[in-house]
Formats: sequence, structure tokens, C-alpha cells
Amino acid sequence: MQLSGRGVRCVRGGREVLSGLDFTVSSGEALAVTGANGSGKTSLLRTIAGHLALTGGSIDLEGGEQELTLAEQAHYLGHRDAMKPALSVLENLSFWRDFLGGEISDAGQSLKLVGIEHAALLPAAYLSAGQRRRLSIARLLTVRRPIWLLDEPTSALDSDGQTLFANVTRDHLARGGIVVAATHAPLGIEAKQLRIGDGGPLVAALNSKPSRGGAA
Amino acid sequence: MTALAALIRRDIQIALRVGGGALIGVLFFLTVVVLMPFAIGPDLALLTRLGPAILWLGALLASLLTLDRLFMADHDDGSLDLIAMSRTPLELSCAAKALAHWIAAGLPLIVATPVLGLLLNLDAGSTLAVALTLLVGTPALTFTGIIGASLAVTLHRGGLLLAVLVLPLSIPVLIFGVAASEAAISGPVSFGTPFSILAALSLVSFVVGPFAAAASLRQGLD
Repeated sequence: MQLSGRGVRCVRGGREVLSGLDFTVSSGEALAVTGANGSGKTSLLRTIAGHLALTGGSIDLEGGEQELTLAEQAHYLGHRDAMKPALSVLENLSFWRDFLGGEISDAGQSLKLVGIEHAALLPAAYLSAGQRRRLSIARLLTVRRPIWLLDEPTSALDSDGQTLFANVTRDHLARGGIVVAATHAPLGIEAKQLRIGDGGPLVAALNSKPSRGGAA
Repeated sequence: MTALAALIRRDIQIALRVGGGALIGVLFFLTVVVLMPFAIGPDLALLTRLGPAILWLGALLASLLTLDRLFMADHDDGSLDLIAMSRTPLELSCAAKALAHWIAAGLPLIVATPVLGLLLNLDAGSTLAVALTLLVGTPALTFTGIIGASLAVTLHRGGLLLAVLVLPLSIPVLIFGVAASEAAISGPVSFGTPFSILAALSLVSFVVGPFAAAASLRQGLD
């Protein structure tokens, strides 16, 4: 399985965020996307996930399941954790297990793996930022998807949590998965580097003049 | 099917928990209807004549009340991204969410109607007729309402915009809902004619609403 982007362009709000980006990730490989704030890391992940339209170029998945789209074979872990504060931790996780479907495993077991099984019956509203992140990781474990798109996956995690994340990701890669992670901190795993936005459009704009007169 | 059942179950659970919208709608309905006799005065004949219209207006406004959060809440916490990426077609997910909203916020209104009918001097038969038209008509309000709820996400505006967008769409439902109720109470038109049109409006909204909402949501993800 191979995920590749050719000349990926993305325009948001009339501003070119990504221009002519190329990348390739194969089964068992991780791609760490780095870059300054506002350089387009999140935009790249959201473009791969299908939330942002491609303005130019292409993103292709070779060797995946034929009848499923790229988004349907991917997990997206973003800044917002898609957990309802009114529902308990276990109810949240069980909902995503039932809703996302496909190849699934036991929700309680995943909670134990990420170390928050003691909070299973607590409303998600009472979780700390780090615990919410662990709950999101539990979603990745409960529902199996070959491609993981992770946006700052280790933010808010303590050092134990970061080790846990590294182990979980390594397992996923060993099973032939693909990981694309936008990150500032080291992920703790072997990963190809993709640096974007070095002096890119937005950074350049911020550095040169405060207001831009339309020209990209 | 498991996916849709899970989505419906989750939305109903959230609506029934503390801070959910189910109870708010019924309380609002109750308040609107209770206020009417005070505003109109103790003219029993007039109340009877206006009764179905008041109940319908109250139900319309109450079902709108919690609708604007339908997709907004999922958008704000990131659930909508995952729903859009899932293997369930977005149209079906929209329909499931609308159904859950109707069960949690629409059904309680219909259950409350007989009690409120007493306040408006409606006899048992008339109240039953109004409740029946509400049962058939309120799904149309919800399923056209989700178009407005999805636009609220796309345009990043909630609240009043939703009312402005959705209320005009609900005019046909209101006309035929009240017409069917009044036909049952006083005639002279037969109950069947406006009631059939009301049922037809609901059936059309089942098809159009989810497709329009899903199309709008696809544009709105960013």
C-alpha cells in the first residue's frame, strides 16, 4: 500500500497554503510533517482526509481496498477530539466503534491499553486534556484503519503517554499501516521527514508586509 | 444499519441528559401555549377557534429552538469530520440525526398536546385531531429544518439565521397542518384532503432534506 501526493496545491480563503507539495509513504512507514505555525500542516492532513478540496495536483492510494475511498480507510485525529462531554468515556468510544465499523476490537480493552480504564464510566467532560488525547488514541486502536492522519498527536501527553503513543504507532506500522503526523515534538519513532512552509506563502506574507494586496 | 442505530441512540442520549435540548422544547411549547389565553382573553369560543393554530405555532417554534445545534455541536467538537469520513453515506447520517432530533424533541410535543388542548378549550376529539396532524406534520418541520441547520454550519452562523432560513420553508406545513386540524373540528372541507397533502409534504422532506443538508455540509467542511 502506498499513499502519494503529486504537486498538491491547496487554497484557503484566497490564500495558497500548500503549493506543489510531493510526498510518498508506503506500508510500514511514518511521515512526520514539520513546519512553523501556519505553514499548512493541518491543511495537508485535512486535504488528505478529504475535508479540504484539492486546488491542484493529486493524492492517490495504491493497494488499498478497491471499493473504499481514501478517507474511508483513514483515521483522523485532530485538535478537536470528537468526544461528547455529556456521555461517559466508554459510551463515547463505543459509539465511534459502532458508527465507524469495519474491523473492530473491544472498547474496554483499548481503554486499558491507553491507561484510562479507571475513568471508563466518568462523563468525558471531566477528563483532562491528556486523558482526552489518550481517549482519542483508544479510538484508533478500537477501530482498525490502515492509514492514520495525526495532527499534533503527542500534544498534552505526559512522558508515559508519549512512550505509549510511540509503542502504539510502532505496532500499527509493524502491521503494515501508514502514519502521517503533523508535529513539532519528536514522535519517538522512525519517520520520514517532510518539511513544509519554509518561507512558504503565509510565513513570507507575515514576514514581509502585514496586509497583502490580493497577489498570491 | 448498526452505524445509523448507534448515531440515533447517541443523539437521543445526549438530548435526554442534563443540558440536552429535549426538555427545553417542551417547556417552551408549554410557555407559549399557556401565555396565549392571557393575551387573547377569556373568550372561550375564540380560543377554540384559534386553538389549532396556536398549538401548531407553538410546536413549530419549539421544534426550531434546539435545531440550530444539530450539526453545530458536532462541528465544534470535530465529530462532523469523522462522520463525513465514515463508511456511512453522509445523506443517511443526516437523516439519522434528523430522526433522532424528532424523537427527542418532536415526540414530547405531541405527547404534551392533549394537556395543552385543555387550556385552549378544545374537546377530546379536536385535541386528538391536532395531535394527529402534529404527528404527521412535525417530521416535515425537522427534515426541512436540517437544511437550515447544515447551512448554519457552512456559514458559521447559528441562531437567528436558522429561523430566517427555515421558517419560510415551513409555511406550507403550517398551512396544511392547521387546515387539517380545523377541517376535523369544524369542517366544511373533508379532513382527508389537507391531511393527505400534509403527509405528502412530510414524505417529500424525507427525501429532499437529507440530500440538501449533506450537500451543504460537504461544502462547509474546512
